[in-house]
Formats: sequence, C-alpha cells, structure tokens
Amino acid sequence: MKPDLELYDYWPYENRPKITWPGGARVAFWVAPNIEFYEINPPINPKRSPWPRPHPDVNLYSNRDYGNRVGHWRMMEVMDKYGVRGSISLSVALIEHHPEIIKECVDRNWEFFSHGIYNTRYSYDMDEAQERAIMEDSIETVMKATGQRISGYLAPALTHTERTMDLLAEYQFLYTCDLFQDDQPQPVKVKKGRLISMPYSLEINDIIVYNSYLATPRRYGQMIKDQFDQLYEEGKESGTVMCIPLHAYAVGHPHRMAAFEEALDYITSKEGVWVTTAREIAEYYYENCYDTCAADIAARKGG
Amino acid sequence: MTVAKEYLEYPMRRYGMDQDFYEWSILFKRKKVKWPNDARVALWITIDLEFFGLDQPAKPFKAPGGMVTSYPDLRHFTTRDYGNRVGIQRIWRVLDKYKIKSSVAMNSKVAERYPYLVKKINERGDEIIAMGVDQGKLHYGGMDDAVEAAQVAESVSVLRKLSGQPVTGWMSPAKSESWKTLKHAKANGIEYVCDWVADDMPFELTAPDGAGKLWAMPHSSEISDRKIIIDNKHNEDEFVEQIKDQFTGLYKETAKHGGRILSLSLTPYIMGLHYRIKYLDIALGWLMKQKNVWPASGAEILKAFKAG
Repeated sequence: MKPDLELYDYWPYENRPKITWPGGARVAFWVAPNIEFYEINPPINPKRSPWPRPHPDVNLYSNRDYGNRVGHWRMMEVMDKYGVRGSISLSVALIEHHPEIIKECVDRNWEFFSHGIYNTRYSYDMDEAQERAIMEDSIETVMKATGQRISGYLAPALTHTERTMDLLAEYQFLYTCDLFQDDQPQPVKVKKGRLISMPYSLEINDIIVYNSYLATPRRYGQMIKDQFDQLYEEGKESGTVMCIPLHAYAVGHPHRMAAFEEALDYITSKEGVWVTTAREIAEYYYENCYDTCAADIAARKGG
Repeated sequence: MTVAKEYLEYPMRRYGMDQDFYEWSILFKRKKVKWPNDARVALWITIDLEFFGLDQPAKPFKAPGGMVTSYPDLRHFTTRDYGNRVGIQRIWRVLDKYKIKSSVAMNSKVAERYPYLVKKINERGDEIIAMGVDQGKLHYGGMDDAVEAAQVAESVSVLRKLSGQPVTGWMSPAKSESWKTLKHAKANGIEYVCDWVADDMPFELTAPDGAGKLWAMPHSSEISDRKIIIDNKHNEDEFVEQIKDQFTGLYKETAKHGGRILSLSLTPYIMGLHYRIKYLDIALGWLMKQKNVWPASGAEILKAFKAG
C-alpha cells in the first residue's frame, strides 16, 4: 500500500484560470442516474461481501430491483419534464437483463458510461488482465447496444486498484467520476495519455443522503438547492460543475419524487446554467480548459 | 491475493432476471388495475406482533428489534413486550376511529402466549398473516431444509388452529428467506408473501422445485415506522409528511396507470408509544379525508387485484 497514489497535484481553489462554460454559463449541471444490476448470488470477493445477509438476501435484492421495475420510470419522467438528459452510470450487464431501459435512454440521447459489469462485482484484488477485461467488456457491450463509445468510468461500487486510472487513460476514456477532490474538473496524472476527474458527488448522491445521512426527502431537496446556490455564486469567478448522482431504487419512491422535482425545477429555471452531460463537459474542457489548467497547475507547484 | 477466474464469469447474464423467482416486468407497462367502488388507492396497513425471546440466537444475524445486551436483556425484552400489551391497543383505537381494518403479521409464538390478541383480532375482523414462529427462528440461505419445513408448518398451522382464519399470507421474520422458503410457504397453502419489495403492486412469484405460484404483496420497507422513525431517526411530523407525500405521489399516477397501493407498516412498540400515537391519528385522519381511498386487508387487495 502507498500513502497517496499521486493521481493529481494540489491545486488551491483560488485564482485558477477562469472557466466559462458554453453560452457564458457559470455552472455545468449534469444528472447521473446509476442504472444498476445487483446479482442475487454473486461470487464472493475477498475484500467485500455483496449482501449483509446470507444469500439470497431477498429483501435487499428486491429493494435494489425496485429501481429498475418502478423507480427508473418515475425518475425519467421528471427528467424529461425539465429537459435534463441523463449521463448513465451503467452496470453494463443491464444491457442484457433490461434492454427496454437501455432503449428508452438511447431514444432520449442520454449518455452511457461504465459502472462495471455488475454492482455486485468489485475491483478489489483484480489483476491487470481482469481489470482490463471489465473495461473492454464495457466498451464493446455499450458500443454494440447503443452505438456510443463510452467516455467515462465510475468503478463498480467505487472499488479500485492502483492501476485503474492508468488503464482508463490507455483505453481513451475522457473522464473518471471516482475522484472527489474538487468542484471543477482537473487533469489526472496518468502514465500515458490524458484523463480528467469529473466532479460527481458523494454528498448530494441520493444513496448517501438517504442511507448515510438519513435525510428526509424535503431535506434532500433543500440540500440540492443549497449546493446549487453555492456553486452558482462561485461560478461567477470560474465555472463550476454540479452533478446529482441518483439511484432509482432510492429517489424513485413516490414519497421522494416531489422534493427531487422541485430541486430540478429550481436549477433549470436559472440563467447561466449549462444543463448537459458529463461527456459534453469533458469534451468542452479538453478543447478549452485542459491546457491552461494543466499549465497553471504545473506553474503553481501546489501554491 | 487475486480474485478467482469465476469472478469474471457471468452465468446468469441474460435477458430478464438473474433468478427464477419472478419475471422482469415494468410497473408502468402493465394493464390498469381497478379497485372496488372506483377507489384509486388501496390503503394496506400491516401491524407486526412479534415475540423476541431472551435467548434469541444471533445467527446468522439478529432480527431488527432483537436483543442487544448480554443475557438477560430485560430492557429490550420488556420494551418489545410493551407493544403487545399497550402499544397495540393505542393503534387499534386509532384504527377504530377511522373504521380501518388491518393485516396483522404475527409470530405463532405470540398467538400461543397471548390468546387475547387472537380473540381481539378476530372480533375486529382483521386478517392474520403468518410471520414465522418467533423473531429468533429466522429463515435464511443455507439453513437445513427439514428445519425450515417444520418452522413454516408450525407457524401456519398454529395460527390457523388458534384463529380459525384461513391465513393465506406469509411474512418471514425480518423479511428474510432461504432459497426454499417459497416452496414451504406454498406447500402450506400460502397465497402471498411480504418479503419482496421490488414493486408497488403485487407480482407473481414462482416457488422453487416446481412447487407452484404465489404472489408478492408490496409490504413496504420504506413507509414504515421502523424505517422512518427508528432507522432514519426522523421525527413524528416527518413521518406524517412522508405518508402524505407517498399518497400524493401514488394518487397522481392513478389516473393514467390505475389503482395503486399505499402500504403502511406499523410496529406497536414503535408507533404505539404515548408520545407518538397522536401522529398516527393525524396521518390516518388526513388519509381518510382524501378521495377514493380503500382501506383493506392484504387478502382483500390481492383478490381485487387478481379480479382485475
């Protein structure tokens, strides 16, 4: 083990080169539905058990499945209403299990990125060939089903190895959602090629808010609005990124939809908000910001 | 250490589900359900009557609400028992005020220990759902099949004998099943189970080993006093608010998608406390003032669902 994988340089959140998003926007806003498949009887990873109870953990398994059968469709309807396209963090095997969901998302021109094959298979202790196989499977399977070459990665259940970022760059991924050090994208230091960290969120992620912070739905709605207000204010100085990561098995319950809808209504009604997808943010960043930011980071040497 | 080769093999990567208990189906693509008397939302209240023995085994895990301290944990034993003596009466008084029938999920041990409760349930016309033998006798993957067969048979037969009710519903203690629970439930004449929370509406289950079909009823793990008040630590006003929001969200869908079910799970030792019970009154008072609400038992809702 190492104390730090040295994936990025220290870069104070002050006096950075100004980012101006398309149309002069202050906040690039994206929504990341995690569309996941949890297996009822997955093999056991030495580092982490997929279910708290002996298999079959029918109650929790069915709780997760609620997202696909029920919650997804409510979430999608609300996103349609406010013109928000999803950037999907996809359990890639869901392409085989539930092609109906994939088709609806393709029809809406939503973006797909990889969240591993299943959310019950963890990267811990994988050798290089195994981790490559996950990435290659992801690229090929999504390409075949949707015509999209995936640009992004959120490791399955946020499980990594020391080489994850280098491999992503080698496979020409544009961004990783696995790093939470900033509210703006930042170049990731990889062996070869380029990669950026895309601000995702473990703070207004519905799972964290509902299952770790144990918030009420209305409190969740308020947290989203408060986060937006702050990033909107700071975005005057230099453009920020705001992501709402969702899981239909959490946000998609009837008693939780209204607060989420109110928050989307609030954000999309503001001027100066670029409602977009992660890939579009990454492409814009590489085109307009990467070089100046990389140069600034190098020149400041952490100061 | 590396992960085994099998870790990257996916034998169940296929269309639909990765198990054969139920089929993949999208709620919003199904035919509309009609409830009796043009009701839009069926209100299904379930109450758990549980027995937690002082000697409750912690294997393979402890049922929620189980004993906490070293033996004898009189503190938690009596706290749970309070629900079966005091809390349940408070809940029944509120239900009576609004003329609401409920489904009572009951350990057979509770029926044996407290015949009064069975008598009272029958007088009220409430439905009994078999909830295993007691909260220490769990059903779980890897358990001995003969032991499980005996547990299911004991629960169902004792409750039928003591209540005279048909008892067609099953809830596993802690909503935990083995790979074979459905088979044993089916063999004992159970028609629906409450352990699967994949849906807002009933869906069909297939018991293993060719044992036949049952239904999953949407017993809520979310709109429940245990989840909201104990697990999430929300206050009573927030409990009421989430019940209202659940109703409003479901009701909105009914015009386009047909009847829905508001499933509310109550635990007497949680909701039946002195300082909490009035909030159940507030929530039910509000619900019963809404249009097109049909309070019913699980068996009644399932019957109407199957009739279309």
